[in-house]
Amino acid sequence: MKHLDQLESQSIYIIREAYKQFKNIAILWSIGKDSTTLMWLTRKAFYGKVPFPALHIDTSYKFQEIYDFRSEWADKWDMELIIGKNGQSLNEGMGPDASDKLACCGQLKTEALKQTIDKYGFKALLLGIRRDEHGIRAKERVFSPRDKQFKWDYKDQPPELWDQFKNQQQGEQHIRVHPLLHWTEQDIWKYIQRENIPVVDLYFANNGKRYRSIGCETCCEPVDSDADTVDKIVEELMTTKISERSGRAQDKESAYVMQKLRALGYM
Amino acid sequence: MDKENLKFVIVGHIDHGKSTLIGRLLYDTDSLPKGKIEEIEQICKSLGKDIEFGYVMDHLEEERDQGITIDTAQIFFNTTKRNYVIIDAPGHVEFIKNMISGASQAEAAVLIVDVDEGVKEQTKRHAYILGMLGLDQVIVVINKMDMVGYERGKFETVKKELLDFLSGINIKPSYIVPISAKEGDLIAGKNENMDWYQGPDFLQALDSFRVKESAKDKPLRFVVQDVYNFDKRIIAGRVESGIIRKGDKIKILPSGEETTVKSVEEFLKNVTEAEAGKSTGIITEDKLFIDRGDVIVHDRDVPVLTNHIRANIFWMDNTPYNKGDTLWFRCATQDVACEIEKISRVINSSTLDLIAEDADEIKNREVADIIIKTDKPVVVENFNTIEELGRFVLRTDDTLAGGIITELVQ
Repeated sequence: MKHLDQLESQSIYIIREAYKQFKNIAILWSIGKDSTTLMWLTRKAFYGKVPFPALHIDTSYKFQEIYDFRSEWADKWDMELIIGKNGQSLNEGMGPDASDKLACCGQLKTEALKQTIDKYGFKALLLGIRRDEHGIRAKERVFSPRDKQFKWDYKDQPPELWDQFKNQQQGEQHIRVHPLLHWTEQDIWKYIQRENIPVVDLYFANNGKRYRSIGCETCCEPVDSDADTVDKIVEELMTTKISERSGRAQDKESAYVMQKLRALGYM
Repeated sequence: MDKENLKFVIVGHIDHGKSTLIGRLLYDTDSLPKGKIEEIEQICKSLGKDIEFGYVMDHLEEERDQGITIDTAQIFFNTTKRNYVIIDAPGHVEFIKNMISGASQAEAAVLIVDVDEGVKEQTKRHAYILGMLGLDQVIVVINKMDMVGYERGKFETVKKELLDFLSGINIKPSYIVPISAKEGDLIAGKNENMDWYQGPDFLQALDSFRVKESAKDKPLRFVVQDVYNFDKRIIAGRVESGIIRKGDKIKILPSGEETTVKSVEEFLKNVTEAEAGKSTGIITEDKLFIDRGDVIVHDRDVPVLTNHIRANIFWMDNTPYNKGDTLWFRCATQDVACEIEKISRVINSSTLDLIAEDADEIKNREVADIIIKTDKPVVVENFNTIEELGRFVLRTDDTLAGGIITELVQ
């Protein structure tokens, strides 16, 4: 099998394991290229009839393009869509300028996710994170437990051998399932190219700039690039030395912010 | 043309330089993202240390503070020949389950030994685990040659000590390379200090690893994950070995019922077959009761069903196994209750000394030669025949042990 076929099959296996074991699960769809690829793979795993919802944690600070893409494709793909917001915190004026960025991510992403999980009682979430994105993510397991406070105990992760994934235990609030952990950014784009997967236009260069990674409009910076098609992005990634998340504010504030965010339940 | 992809693990005793070697390799091959070295310089400065390549890999705060790798990490790296995934495994005895989790995903291994310290506890244990996991492609690097003045004699002494040990556990390293990860000697092209060494440098040695062969030419083993009743009744699963084709006459195990493959199902795609490694689905001609854990095989090549298995296991939980305890045996998607009927031998995984014969318990980090009795018959294979059905875990909620099947007991 070709490399992309191997990656695809491994992801589909993981997605099917998660559903078989937990049933009440959701796919966390940030509308970025990775979670959209994950949606694509999930649709393949279930022959277009995905038996669980897509969950978008909406900080309400996302790019307009993200909202437009969300409505268009949730509809075309016939996905049940749940939108999770921390309404109270938003009403109290939380935002990237109202506080430090760590607190804003904490309230509008992590807390919003906690509230949504509580409301629907999800046992597991499918997330599109990859090991090559960030050093901390390189240490993740495919099935990664979180406790009631959402904490990730990265110092004592369960062994994971030969695709035998863990069961849920007492004290574990939910399991994060990472079907794309073994993919690289280049793999994702090559797969998007091969499968013709739709992605938000923000990834394509406009006036010499494009976004490598997207999230809240307030906390993302574009990188210099002329890549305005998928083919050109694939080409660009073969030579670039700029890291993927260099435009993401939350990674820069301190060397350990990402570790803290993840340990606290950030996705 | 697509480049080959290969995953290898770096193992060895704590502080023998695994993370430094990886950091150096990435640095010398210009694989680090822009700003990474500056970031590491800054962290080292704030911790009052010299620049330390190990920080490329050690990302957790505690790892950097204590200078040890706690959890296995995977990093992606390319040469002109291949795309590599490097799995950095922790060398501390306490994190052995992390090391095994890392090593279980690798196709090849690099064993690193400090020339000044020689063969130590984790050197042996890790080497032994590599052997157990069937990783037969191994390169040894003897590190920190700069600390002994690049002296050939010191290298030869450690090399001999190591080879003596490895030959006892049937590991034949393809190369033994003297290096200095810190200074960059014999990593990627540079050799100014050891002209007495004639072999390949580390990077060249890596490129000599072979990519794992596909299991598609072996007998068919299609393991059932789930059954979906959407518009059609699709048996979902993965082809662990062989190829399944439309029209194939198949047998469902353990029931033994026979039918024919009506179609191979892919979303929005017409296919007629699926080969080893493929997650796919099939529709059968007859509506049989098929469930998760069933193994579908060709009627012309039926494996043995057994409930007695001889295996080598590595126990990796603080709670020991006591004879009579019930566990779950999981092999592919088969999941059955079992008991360890006989603990033939228990071995210290570091010294390889025999701890006990016909024992009653297996403790953390011990290796045991055992006979398992499962509640129901399972489809398993000798690890050397079909790897994917020759390895298993024993568990309650979490995995407690990993094992390799050495014999199917009739």
